[in-house]
Amino acid sequence: MKYSGFKVLWEGLKGNTGWKPLWRNPDPKKNYDIIIVGGGGHGLATAYYLAEKFKITNIAVVEKGWLGSGNIGRNTTIIRSNYLLPQNQPFYEFSLKLWENLEQELNYNSMVSQRGVLNIFHSDSQRDAFVRRGNAMLMSGADASLLGVDALKKLVPFLDFQNSRFPIKGALWQPRGGTVRHDAVAWGYAKEADSRGVDIIENCETTNFLIKNGRCYGVETTKGVIKSKKVGVCVAGSSSQVMGKIGINLPIESHVLQAFVSEGLKPVIPGVITFGAGHFYVSQSNKGGLVFGGDIDGYNSYAQRGNLPVIEDVCEGGVALMPMIGRARLLRTWGGIMDMSMDGSPIIDKTKIRNLYFNGGWCYGGFKATPASGFCYAHLLATDKPYNDAKDFLFNRFERGRLIDEKGQGNQPNLH
Amino acid sequence: MLIDHPLLGPRDASEFIYMGDAKLLNRPNWKSQNSKTKFLDYGYLRKNPAGVHKELWYHEQGDRSWLLVTRNTVTHEILKVELARDTKGK
Repeated sequence: MKYSGFKVLWEGLKGNTGWKPLWRNPDPKKNYDIIIVGGGGHGLATAYYLAEKFKITNIAVVEKGWLGSGNIGRNTTIIRSNYLLPQNQPFYEFSLKLWENLEQELNYNSMVSQRGVLNIFHSDSQRDAFVRRGNAMLMSGADASLLGVDALKKLVPFLDFQNSRFPIKGALWQPRGGTVRHDAVAWGYAKEADSRGVDIIENCETTNFLIKNGRCYGVETTKGVIKSKKVGVCVAGSSSQVMGKIGINLPIESHVLQAFVSEGLKPVIPGVITFGAGHFYVSQSNKGGLVFGGDIDGYNSYAQRGNLPVIEDVCEGGVALMPMIGRARLLRTWGGIMDMSMDGSPIIDKTKIRNLYFNGGWCYGGFKATPASGFCYAHLLATDKPYNDAKDFLFNRFERGRLIDEKGQGNQPNLH
Repeated sequence: MLIDHPLLGPRDASEFIYMGDAKLLNRPNWKSQNSKTKFLDYGYLRKNPAGVHKELWYHEQGDRSWLLVTRNTVTHEILKVELARDTKGK
């Protein structure tokens, strides 16, 4: 189905009776070239890029629940490429470039809105760190500039500039960052993958892998056995559960991250703002709700719900940064399960089982990575070689001591 | 979450720092065979179960004891709390 302005007008005149489902609902075939386990953003993007860039279309995406029911539907929708390390930053810049062209490529309105990301700093040393980060961004081809207090006051006059404990000294500004309508990303990738022949099989849980002589040749699911030449796992918070079925322990802990949305307010926050003295980030949705979040709860959890101390902590951070939101009422909170890796960076790699591949460990930064993760995983699945921008996201970096640790926190997942 | 401290009674979990899987109590011997593999496992690999999980909590805002907490990661129910020093080596 093709979308266009004309089509919207035409359907408006016809009472919107001509819209069709975006993807089929097929039963699984017996054999595929590639099975993707996990129908979230990354899995669907992988299927799309396999079909579009690598011309492999005999693919099934098997999803335990409904399409996009995991973290692609639970995140705070921010896209940016403001990392520091040379193993990370080019990858995220590649992702941002894919975001910029996503709607045209998928013919689907995912509301990519590049309203800018502000990282506020509060001290001289923090400014120096952000200058360094900004330079790293520029070197990868991304955009970055440093804003002083005067420029910042023009953009976001409502911040608490004179806060006695954390006075605001300026910000690192990435104008190309912004937000995206997260569900539409899953739907857009699903639509285009499906139209190229990919089977998206919902409500189909992978219960085990078919392995013989150290090779994977398919999966057992709640809809029966499905065979394939290659299997790619892409299940975020459930990574350890899925890989644990064949006894593989991962450098990952699953943690709960909460997100929040306020009641709808008039437009007030121009882009994305992050607090430099605590963990708080906020944007405003097109419906007017303030969408914000902060730290993970900090303990292993598969509950998809968190506890009150973190809600209090996040709201305190928000009010410290912008006291004006103190009287906004919290509308909803929810939780998602993050695959927190040991160094805070992801893994896109082969496993020790041949023809079985793994993509995970995205911590709570997986949403912005969706297009590049899909592209790089598709490259690995199709060619057996890592894509250049993801060549360091390997399992063996832990034994080789080549951690990609943006914050320098060491092997403590709840600190990343 | 309330953690029923063996010495101090029920304390709010936010008084504690979470240190993860209790396997950290059993540090491998660096002189043992395959110690490199064992330390990779010790430092980086986790079972990460959905269900009962033995884990370490440090009572930083309290008596600074290390607790071995048995907790369900699906329901957040705390099943058992022991002083880590009483369990070491068991």
